[in-house]
Amino acid sequence: MSDEVRDDGYDDFMDALEEGEPYYVECANGHASLPPRRLCPECATDDLGEAPLAETGELLTYNVTHVPTPEFADDVPFVLGIAEFGDVRLTGQVRADSEDVEVGDTVSIGTDVSETNGERYIAFDLE
Amino acid sequence: MTKFGEMADRTGRDLFAEAGETAIEDAGIDRGEIDALYLGNFMGELSERQGHMGPLMAKMLGLDVPATRVESACASGGMAVRQGIQAVRAGSADVVLVGGVERMHNMGTTGATGGLSVAADDLWEIKHGITFPGAYALMAKRYFETHGGDREDLAEVAVKNHANAANNPLAQYQTEITIEKVLDAFPVADPLGLFDASPITDGAAAAIIVSEDYAAEHDLDAPVSITGTGQGTDDLALQHRDSITWTPATADAAEEAYADAGIDADDVDFLEVHDCFTIAEVLALEGLGLYDEGEAITAAREGETTADGELPVNLSGGLKAKGHPVGATGLAQISEMTKLFRGDHVNSDAVEDAEVGLTHNAGGTVASAVVHVLEVEQ
Repeated sequence: MSDEVRDDGYDDFMDALEEGEPYYVECANGHASLPPRRLCPECATDDLGEAPLAETGELLTYNVTHVPTPEFADDVPFVLGIAEFGDVRLTGQVRADSEDVEVGDTVSIGTDVSETNGERYIAFDLE
Repeated sequence: MTKFGEMADRTGRDLFAEAGETAIEDAGIDRGEIDALYLGNFMGELSERQGHMGPLMAKMLGLDVPATRVESACASGGMAVRQGIQAVRAGSADVVLVGGVERMHNMGTTGATGGLSVAADDLWEIKHGITFPGAYALMAKRYFETHGGDREDLAEVAVKNHANAANNPLAQYQTEITIEKVLDAFPVADPLGLFDASPITDGAAAAIIVSEDYAAEHDLDAPVSITGTGQGTDDLALQHRDSITWTPATADAAEEAYADAGIDADDVDFLEVHDCFTIAEVLALEGLGLYDEGEAITAAREGETTADGELPVNLSGGLKAKGHPVGATGLAQISEMTKLFRGDHVNSDAVEDAEVGLTHNAGGTVASAVVHVLEVEQ
């Protein structure tokens, strides 16, 4: 990684995800969100804590990206999806052949790195 | 507005100067009457290392007035219109120049894709590979799963909008296309192909907005009134929305604009909506309350939204075929609808008796939306 300067909150999340202990931000009223947060985006309370992310999620939708941003120029084609882990949804790349992917699939979550620039991203694996 | 198309060598300032001058001449006012400039632009910093465009563009038109750039991604132009309306309504200006400009082709396809992507959430979307074709592909896939429909239904939207642009001299693509051509096109982000996507476009557009009192006092020929304006905001990241296929920002903007104009959705005779991708036109028609959720997918196929249909949509060719210089799009909608109403647009015959038109301009995956109601007295 070339992260001489970190994105606090986000990189802490990605570190935890790499270590297999991903979490999300949960407020005192039970609303889920992703870091960094100083207050809940739903109810604006500043009573925030961390809660463990569900181990598996449901793939809500996906695409097969052929025209990428410059950061993924050497990575295409890839499957990109949104998966729901309990109350939290995340966007990531599905590490599978597009022919094998269906909406509703159960996925687990981890990290991978871009073949283009070595930066890490969220990866889903079919369960 | 300028001709839309591929003009990689033309600077943003030159494009805007042409559009602004055209608007001033068309309005028939002296430039000294202009009180303020609001300019929509999305990514001048990325495309030509140019921020701070307000003062720059004012001088390109020989104006010495307060000049402000407005940025809301692809809704920047529509938001500039709204800022201008609010300045006039607040009484701080009688005459405003509102405009928008975008230079894109000099970035190349990958560069423009990267530039546009910054309208998404950097931490939770861009870093993981999202693009705008990709984001709308996620919406289309979910729509098919939830409500039904398929790529051929979306292709009907592209075919319709290309047909509308076929004789529009300002459109980027003045060519009709077939369903087969859309379905067989290169998959930019499956399930969306190249012809589901609006093109990369260079261009600018502008309009003069005056107060009712000013128009009356100066005996101006200003037949089109903007009677309603509304704006909506949603979570920036698509993943954070309650629904991937319902766009509350559009619904909120429409509700406010309808109330402002004192109309209902049923009163709308024709529309220019933000069809950056074919699926976006479907989601817009539902969000605007013109179709129930899950029902607009067949609108183009059934001929309801074609030029000779009950509710013509994107008679200009839309973003899809007219082109989408993102910061200029909201202004191009106003410019084209004004001509459609006045009778000097190539497709004016389709809306000869129309009294109420609506423009819908969206930013990102509709995290921003702005709606305007335009009316004429028949």
